[in-house]
Amino acid sequence: MSERLGVRKTYKLAIGGAFSRSESGRSYPVLGADGRILARAAAASRKDLREGVRAARSALAAWSAATPYNRGQVLYRVAEMMEGRRAQFVDEVGRAGGQDAEAEVDASVDRWVWYAGWSDKIHHVLGSVNPVAAPYFNFTIPEPTGVVGIVAPAEPALLGLISRLAPAIVSGNATVVLASEPRPLVAITLSEVLATSDVPAGVVNVLTGRTTELMPWLAGHMDVNAIDITGVPGHLLTKVEELCAENVKRIVRSEEANWSSDRAQSPYEVTAFMEMKTVWHPMGA
Amino acid sequence: MANKDELQRTEAHGGLAAETPFGYAPSRESTDIVRIEPRYDLFIGGDWVEPRSGTWFETISPATEEPLSRVAEAGPEDVDLAVAAAREASDERWRELPGRERARFLYRIARALQERSREFAVLETMDGGKPIKESRDVDLPLAAAHFFYYAGWADKLDYAFPGRLPRPLGVAGQVIPWNFPLLMAAWKIAPALATGNTVVLKPAETTPLTALLLADVIQEADLPPGVVNIVTGAGRTGSFLVGHHGIDKVAFTGSTDVGKVIQRAVAGTGKRLTLELGGKAANIVFEDAALDQAVEGIVNGIYFNQGHVCCAGSRLLVQEAVAETLVERLKARLSTLRVGDPLDKNTDVGAINSSQQLRRIEELVESGIQDGAEIYQPPCDLPERGYWFPPTLFTGVTQSHRIAREEIFGPVLSILTFRTPEEAVEKANNTPYGLSAGVWTEKGSRILWMASRLRAGVIWANTFNRFDPSSPFGGYKESGFGREGGLHGLEPYLAWNGGGAR
Repeated sequence: MSERLGVRKTYKLAIGGAFSRSESGRSYPVLGADGRILARAAAASRKDLREGVRAARSALAAWSAATPYNRGQVLYRVAEMMEGRRAQFVDEVGRAGGQDAEAEVDASVDRWVWYAGWSDKIHHVLGSVNPVAAPYFNFTIPEPTGVVGIVAPAEPALLGLISRLAPAIVSGNATVVLASEPRPLVAITLSEVLATSDVPAGVVNVLTGRTTELMPWLAGHMDVNAIDITGVPGHLLTKVEELCAENVKRIVRSEEANWSSDRAQSPYEVTAFMEMKTVWHPMGA
Repeated sequence: MANKDELQRTEAHGGLAAETPFGYAPSRESTDIVRIEPRYDLFIGGDWVEPRSGTWFETISPATEEPLSRVAEAGPEDVDLAVAAAREASDERWRELPGRERARFLYRIARALQERSREFAVLETMDGGKPIKESRDVDLPLAAAHFFYYAGWADKLDYAFPGRLPRPLGVAGQVIPWNFPLLMAAWKIAPALATGNTVVLKPAETTPLTALLLADVIQEADLPPGVVNIVTGAGRTGSFLVGHHGIDKVAFTGSTDVGKVIQRAVAGTGKRLTLELGGKAANIVFEDAALDQAVEGIVNGIYFNQGHVCCAGSRLLVQEAVAETLVERLKARLSTLRVGDPLDKNTDVGAINSSQQLRRIEELVESGIQDGAEIYQPPCDLPERGYWFPPTLFTGVTQSHRIAREEIFGPVLSILTFRTPEEAVEKANNTPYGLSAGVWTEKGSRILWMASRLRAGVIWANTFNRFDPSSPFGGYKESGFGREGGLHGLEPYLAWNGGGAR
């Protein structure tokens, strides 16, 4: 009996709803837990990153204008689709060297469900009506910041990424994600899930590659409003944060050590990528 | 119908006018209430301390160019001392003090500001050049209200943020601008103290006097030494403070350029940062707006405080159908503005804060003329000494003009037109800034439609430049981040214990 030769998957970048190789034609080998090559991942270039930002900016208007109910359902749909591909995710996380692959995938699905519910509750909990001493109805509501760059933590590659991505998009931001450099493959598989979960094209753009090469371009990009630097290694923090000053980027960083804990999720992670808008509406007969 | 007596009075009145034409009778606020010391040292650890730097600089009245006093310039050693005093006060006295005790001090300060409000208002006007009408009716009441509002939060912080247990950050370094000197000090100090932090405050070099008088109030209130330290100086002093390794938080209000320098300086240090920076706000008038009311709002939006306002309505967007009428009425209104002695209670537009700022305004106005916009300035007699600029408006402005893009920070209005609400939104948002915006219309649904699309932190509908301690203030985009005022103004001064990643 001859063994069937497997069909290997080509991992590409996910930009603007399409899967494409890096325009630079580069890739890099990704090693599994056993030290053998799992696959080659695309090594995104500065141009790819700019395409990602452009796709995010284009997707922003419609996604941020979608109703919170709609965005909540889309995030819940992501959870449904991941659950359906649970075995695949467990397999991929495990082969990439994830410690407890089943637990990580379960926690990842649950994180989507948890954040999905915040889409239409964050305004209640963290907005305000302000009792000003003048005849105005004065209120403060959180609004999405705009285009958000996310440097995902290297580990755990799936749960870490989702823990940073879900709170950023649930409020209506569009994102450009730099996946874990040593374990990028599962981020591309997640992109396949997002592409079939009614997440509009361009809301989540995923780049794989040399994060130290890409980070400065993301941090200095004038059309990125906020950046999550959770995955930026300590020795690069100063450089990256300095570049953020170029357009007064909001800098968000989580120091979470235990991503599977409930403590790794919070409505304040949602508002970290939001702006508070205050409106003075006149009152009078 | 008027009775006979009234008619007679009117005749007499007219008769008098015919003989001796009405001259303007100034109504000058007395400065007797203010005592300015010939020299001020630094306020560190509850005491007045001579600067180790050994230098003092002059602060002048921009309305007369007369020197008012000499003020210490804090050098690196002085900033070290101030930060050390703030740290000691945090560790030994303030951080662990129950909220209700902290509240008592803040209530005392609020009351003292109310009691001494005229003294503060006059001093503010002398040192900064803003009309006494404004320092008296806006700056002072708001500063006192800010302390009163945050006093009440000091013992209620556990209720402010669901699911989070707050604790103070430690020592805050705060750098404030010259346009609302005392009010900005209040915006910085009140929430910091309410949340259990201690502060080192650096007032602007052209307007240090009211912050130094606030030190007097702070002493009288028996605030523990070192909880508030005030170090005067110019940008150099500010950079020593924000770059100091002993502070946990930086709060800055000022220009976007300096804000970026500060964000770079703070990079990689782990210090918390809030920035309240520049703006180029759109003030949008629809054809259905109550035009006379809008004219008053436009004037208040850009000529209030000589336009030295980060959230000033410096770009007027008028719907085409009413543009001509509105500009006509605006020009007429401009000619009635009284420009001059800021201590005169009738003055609407006071002195430009400094010669440096005056040059900046002149340069940008010149660029507006060169770019081809049409300038209008009402005839007005400006005093010979001091720094002055007449209320100015430009018509025929396009979006590419520098006067439509750059913050002028002076009494200069750029007028553009639009046809549809969509166009108004697009033009309003076409700026790297995002601090504030105004909408004038009688249609409530349009107000909210516009408000949801304007990318700015504060939206005023049928009003402008209105502030309240309970109402969060702060910018989108390059106008900065973080909020001051209201519930949201507490967050930048707090860290969190357990439960919740952020």
